[in-house]
Amino acid sequence: MSAELAEPASKIELPAGVGGGGEIPTFDITLRVRRYNPEVSEEARWDDFKLTMYGTDRVLDALHKIKWEVDGSVSFRRSCAHGVCGSDAMRINGRNRLACKTLLKDLDTSKPITVEPIKGLPVEKDLIVDMEPFFQSFREVMPFLINKGHEPTKERLQSAEDRERFDDTTKCILCAACTSSCPVFWTDGQYFGPAAIVNAHRFIFDSRDDAGDMRLEILNDKEGVWRCRTTFNCSEACPRGIQVTQAIAEVKQAILSRKI
Amino acid sequence: MTATQIQSPRSGNDRGQSSSGDSGRIAPQYRRNGSARGNFEMLAWLFMRLSGVVLVVLIFGHLFVNLLVGEGIHAIDFGFVAGKWADPFWQFWDLAMLWLAMLHGTNGVRTIINDYAEKDSTRFWLKMVLYAATTVIIILGTLVIFTFNPCPVVDGVQLPGGFCPA
Repeated sequence: MSAELAEPASKIELPAGVGGGGEIPTFDITLRVRRYNPEVSEEARWDDFKLTMYGTDRVLDALHKIKWEVDGSVSFRRSCAHGVCGSDAMRINGRNRLACKTLLKDLDTSKPITVEPIKGLPVEKDLIVDMEPFFQSFREVMPFLINKGHEPTKERLQSAEDRERFDDTTKCILCAACTSSCPVFWTDGQYFGPAAIVNAHRFIFDSRDDAGDMRLEILNDKEGVWRCRTTFNCSEACPRGIQVTQAIAEVKQAILSRKI
Repeated sequence: MTATQIQSPRSGNDRGQSSSGDSGRIAPQYRRNGSARGNFEMLAWLFMRLSGVVLVVLIFGHLFVNLLVGEGIHAIDFGFVAGKWADPFWQFWDLAMLWLAMLHGTNGVRTIINDYAEKDSTRFWLKMVLYAATTVIIILGTLVIFTFNPCPVVDGVQLPGGFCPA
């Protein structure tokens, strides 16, 4: 902020220019945002915004700057803004990323940075898509613990090895970056998608869960795991680094070994 | 709760209206029409892997015998093919290669059509053309392998050839 503000007395005398925000390098970027407003036009268009940003800024900060200082009509989702809630997945320079985890300095700032809504889901406005088809597939795999036995009086215990078996797929934050990066999902949106399979995997391989067979049966569908073409787009897109394609392959093998 | 009491939201026929936790506003193109259970897709997936492995052996064996053994590529002529198909071993080899390659390729194109065709009617007709072509080629190829006669006799006269015993 401004240097004129009275600062609290410091015990250490700092030379001018040290300890302030000024030392962080700044650079100019062009953010090219995909705009869509069905109340104005059925046609989507690109809007360019020229901004001066700091080396510590993320794409989300640039979007905030646009919304708060340049054009308040730019619409996007964000909640925690720190890579936990999974609200701000978007297509940045053609790749699905979380805007809050993508530093501007890691992108090519000499060219306009394109920001689009994630692909394959109906766009509602600007960067906001209708997530309902995505969550419906998630619900269909029953992503909750189902246990036949008596409810224990304390917590359900599990060995460290059993917990390790599905550790990778517990990391999912349901941002839809994987499902909306899948070319099979783009075609008709019928495929269950990587995220639903990852969340099924989390319970199928949980030793405390008893409904693995039911979930495998659900995913042994025409639109289930067999539509996966192992293009690895999902693994590349996952902001949590989940080995999505591997999880899908493990579910395929579980279905096969159960049937044969 | 027990597992038997719990039903997947998929057990309702109409996706998007059956489950209670659903807002019921899923865009129609995302609704799956009923559930297509059965193991066909699994078996197709498995067939692709297994036939692929077998085809590697069959095709490289075929190329080795035809192109490298003996005089190699210079030995290939009508008589060479006729000689191979006189042997039940090569008849079976070529038959297996024909069927596996055709079914493997057809299944591959079927998945490509499923992935890329956007309209159900386009998808249906492309697959019908594909299946028709596959059927014709498999039947024709099988007939050729089993009814092949290197020395056809027409009206009591042997057709000219030069490699048939007089």
